[in-house]
Amino acid sequence: MLEIEIDGKAVQAPDGSTVMEAATLAGIYIPHFCYHKKLSIAASCRMCLVQVEKAPKPLPACATPVTNGMKVWTRSESAVKAQKAVMEFLLINHPLDCPVCDQGGECQLQDIAVGYGGNASRFHEEKRVWVNKNYGPLISSDACRCINCTRCVRFTAEIGGVQEMGQAYRGDHAEIMTFLGRSVDSELSGNVIDLCPVGALTSKPFRYRARSWELTRRRSVSPHDAFGSGLVVQTHRDAVVRVLPLANDELNECWLNDKDRFSYEALASEQRLTLPMMRRDGDNWQTVSWQIALEFIASTLRDVVKEQGGQAVGALASPHATVEEMFLLQKLVRGLGSDNVDFRLRRTDFRADAVRAGAPWLGMKVVDIHDLNDVLVVGSFLRKDAPLLCQKVRHSALRHGLRVHTVGPNAENWLMPMGTRALVGPTEMVDTLAQIAAALAKETGKTLSKSLAERAKGEPSEAALAIARSLAEGEKTAVWLGNLAEQHPRAAELHLWGQEIARLAGAAFGFIGEAANSVGGYLVDALPGAQGLNASEMIVAPRHAYILLGAEPDLDFVDGAATVAALARARLTVALTAFDSPGLRQAADVMLPLAPFTETSGTFVNCLGWAQSFNAVAPPRGEVRPGWKILRVLGNLLELPGFEYADSESVRAEALPADVAAKLNNAIGDVPAAEEIAPRAGSLQRVTDVPIHFADPLVRRAPSLQKTKDAAAPAARMSAATLAQVGVAAGDKVRVTGVGDPVELVAEADEGVAPGCVRIAAAHPTTVALGPFFGELTVERV
Amino acid sequence: MSAHALILPKFDGDGGDVWRLENYVARGGYEVLKKIVAEKTPAEAIIAELKASGLRGRGGAGFPTGLKWSFMPRSFPGDKFVVCNSDEGEPGTFKDRDILRYNPHAVIEGMIIGAWVMGCTRGYNYIHGEIFEIYQRFEAALEEARAAGLLGQNILGSDFSFELFAHHGYGAYVCGEETALLESLEGKKGQPRFKPPFPASYGIYGKPTTINNTETFASVPFVLKMGGEAYLALGKPNSGGTKIFSISGHVSRPGNYELELGTPFAELLQMAGGMRAGRKLKAVIPGGSSAPVLPADIIMDCTLDFDAISKAGSMLGSGAVIVMDETTCMVRALERLSYFYHDESCGQCTPCREGSGWLYRIVHRIEHGMGREEDIDLLRSVADNIPGRTICALGDAAAGPVKSFLKHFEDEFIYHIEHKECLVPPARQEDGFLIPDYVSRPC
Repeated sequence: MLEIEIDGKAVQAPDGSTVMEAATLAGIYIPHFCYHKKLSIAASCRMCLVQVEKAPKPLPACATPVTNGMKVWTRSESAVKAQKAVMEFLLINHPLDCPVCDQGGECQLQDIAVGYGGNASRFHEEKRVWVNKNYGPLISSDACRCINCTRCVRFTAEIGGVQEMGQAYRGDHAEIMTFLGRSVDSELSGNVIDLCPVGALTSKPFRYRARSWELTRRRSVSPHDAFGSGLVVQTHRDAVVRVLPLANDELNECWLNDKDRFSYEALASEQRLTLPMMRRDGDNWQTVSWQIALEFIASTLRDVVKEQGGQAVGALASPHATVEEMFLLQKLVRGLGSDNVDFRLRRTDFRADAVRAGAPWLGMKVVDIHDLNDVLVVGSFLRKDAPLLCQKVRHSALRHGLRVHTVGPNAENWLMPMGTRALVGPTEMVDTLAQIAAALAKETGKTLSKSLAERAKGEPSEAALAIARSLAEGEKTAVWLGNLAEQHPRAAELHLWGQEIARLAGAAFGFIGEAANSVGGYLVDALPGAQGLNASEMIVAPRHAYILLGAEPDLDFVDGAATVAALARARLTVALTAFDSPGLRQAADVMLPLAPFTETSGTFVNCLGWAQSFNAVAPPRGEVRPGWKILRVLGNLLELPGFEYADSESVRAEALPADVAAKLNNAIGDVPAAEEIAPRAGSLQRVTDVPIHFADPLVRRAPSLQKTKDAAAPAARMSAATLAQVGVAAGDKVRVTGVGDPVELVAEADEGVAPGCVRIAAAHPTTVALGPFFGELTVERV
Repeated sequence: MSAHALILPKFDGDGGDVWRLENYVARGGYEVLKKIVAEKTPAEAIIAELKASGLRGRGGAGFPTGLKWSFMPRSFPGDKFVVCNSDEGEPGTFKDRDILRYNPHAVIEGMIIGAWVMGCTRGYNYIHGEIFEIYQRFEAALEEARAAGLLGQNILGSDFSFELFAHHGYGAYVCGEETALLESLEGKKGQPRFKPPFPASYGIYGKPTTINNTETFASVPFVLKMGGEAYLALGKPNSGGTKIFSISGHVSRPGNYELELGTPFAELLQMAGGMRAGRKLKAVIPGGSSAPVLPADIIMDCTLDFDAISKAGSMLGSGAVIVMDETTCMVRALERLSYFYHDESCGQCTPCREGSGWLYRIVHRIEHGMGREEDIDLLRSVADNIPGRTICALGDAAAGPVKSFLKHFEDEFIYHIEHKECLVPPARQEDGFLIPDYVSRPC
């Protein structure tokens, strides 16, 4: 620690800190614009000039390292003179349009100008004018307000991983713009809105919606990916108008991905269901009162149970449902005598259930990613599956040389230096992991587990060998399985081999997790019991009654077409849903308006095993009710015991174990190898991804996100070699035939797709008919 | 040219092959290098010689070269770099161009010696982007040196290896600032870096780097050849040796003149043929456009060395002497200079980015008859708010001329504001030169 004096106050500062950091620690504010604690130091705005003993001229606090015994004055005559001069320079070309600026009220320039600006301008020349840019659907540009602090430029280069923005030209012509006018909409780009200290970059969806001082701010938790970022949700007259990050250095820091930031737009969607609705003769839907709807459901369920037995009822929850909702749902169906409950709607291989030790999770802390030497990610496009987890990996890869290896059918651009990428089709993934494990055993001198030793066949591929060597060399390593690995038809074996690799490498082992509550579902046992059917079996062997919680049958399941068919055939399908949709109208008999995360209290357990509770930020719209209340009333109507909850806290208390961490465990026992089915000659393998902005009902209805690159309509993406193999050129319209009905798509060249595979996005109406995520397809030109 | 022309060789006509290796060798070139390599002269001895010579950086700042070279962490493992700054872009300066044109091997030899002293494995010469033929000339000289075994692996058969490359910029003045030059050399936007760290510890690609001006490198072989003491004796104490002065403006024979430091200004003016058309000297900017202007009576009493010029209230800078006669409108002269700094500010630091443009706009207004009474105070105040508050010295350079012009020629500014026209009569055609329209037009 160094002893210094700031404004006459003795301050202790850690070695290597700057005057700015020392002052912040001591609670002394130094005005600044370009400085940001998470970005590199630019020292260019010069607002933080302070007087330092023995220095002939004022020094920038953000870039001046502290030395022992240093004396600093932040408010002395010379410091304030310099600061005021900088303020004057910043304002001469600024339009001073605060009354019509969205940043007004939360603008650093405005705030600091109050303290350091003059009350009249000495600048009588013409102001410089810049033309506003089109930054795409998320970010609005008011170029003239820019003060060239370059925070946005540094963010895109240092945190976002892709330099989407830059400063062109020089002098007072220096201007922030995008590279060749491209739009700024990578999965993290919305953060530049928060970073911009003036109103040059503001939120396009929020533009002119409200003034910042009219907003009510409440904490919440992201309902999207498994990372569970903290949110500050802002409402204006009970409507959510903006979402900002809730800073937490052990989780999302001060960042937010675009999905978390902009998905709130869906809350105002015209498709919001605000009244209970029932099907009356065929496709005629009518709004009904809650009482009629619930009584109808209760009586029908009772009839089904009486006539067909409890097992005729099935419950399917979205992994984005809260802990409380999932817990009450499983309690309800178990009360009815059924064990058919599941939330893993996009999974097909459930063999691990029988041998699983606990709830699968990331298997490590986020802060430990910092020190990793190697990470092997199996079956994930991490950038889109968990953008902020990916950002931590990127940070470590860029700054600390973390080697990132992947195994899977896709090799997208992760915007970071990558280690070895084993680009293999879905059917080769298990073998590739087996090869890595065998090679790793050789490298480390350990032996493969007995049951696995005989399954590792053949010589390891070059990539497998390189990954094994790197993992053997790394001191701190991790193996993560992604969404594609969990959705894989041999997911249990991937799990087993991943576990084996981690054991041999001494690595942390875990799952990235698909959704906000993927861990929570396990913890509250929203899982099929010993006699019960899993999500896939409930569709294959249709039930007489279904309760659907927060999921859309066509888009949230591994086989949307089959799911809609099974649900439509049932005597009763109850959908608790925040949105009305054609898929639901086809499949359901009753739709109950379910509160989205902003209108209910609840808990999500993220991939780190953090149970994060939140309260409603706005009152429910119309007749909307929180899911836990709907299920409680349904439990009461069905006269099931133990449904007397006064609040969601009491549900949570019963639902979650006292020690969540003790229940987190990725270990599984042995799973036999599945029969290998030889592919038909001339067919291609399907590779499926769930694009970031198609993943859940909320984000699918966020108009601005739907205009980004990531929400482009699905195409049939193949490598050039595969395209040539099927005789199709990029841009051709092709007919793709799988298990289900054929669909017509545009063929696209994508060298990031494994040979012999065709990548087709799921969770989109145009590809639902195709059938399950994996399997064989034929592609022909139309 | 003076009797003591060391760096600029004597030649007739356009110089012909004077730049070629054989001619440089005939003039005694590469002897010093050969001696050093053969005798394995220790770095300390060379640095001591340089320190004794009083050789100061010729790029403008005048930092003692021996001292700079001693800062280099010789024992630092890995690559170390030596970089020559030939990004000569300041108005009035054109000496490096002629050095590279007529004596490129002196620069190459100086850089090789620098690499020997500082343990560098690689070097670059960053050449201003608007003198492309000079870049090509230097490339040709490099080829000659490589072919002669003076560059590359095992120089002159020793175990000393050094690679040297030429690089041309794209004409940005700010890239003459050493860290902006490094950024540009790395392929980035040429913007100065915050210091510390200094290039000696964190230079190009983050490696220890020493950057010197072209003329400094070109001087090194001559210093070592004649010995530090003798070199110092050529000039004055604390200003050793010879220096090339680029004299421009209203003189009869503008050009480069190599003089012993300490030569009276009057002598240089005489060498340059005196004032054009016998007019009266009004003012001189003695060290490139960022140096404060000095009125005739002060400069005529000055000798040309670092200390004397500094004492007179200006700086020797790069030795670019801009001579202005009685027909010069100082408001217009300042307008032109302010335009330059406004145009060349890199845009990084607020005071320079915004301030340089503000200064230009005010001077422009005054020059065009739209000045206001309070403008003089405003100019002074704005010019006071820039220097010392930016990453590099471009901000200081933008403010310097404004302050010095106002200091010595305030009456002309006031006249412009009050009368909306110029105090100085326009230059006359009958004086015998062609005067382009934009010069002869009344203010």
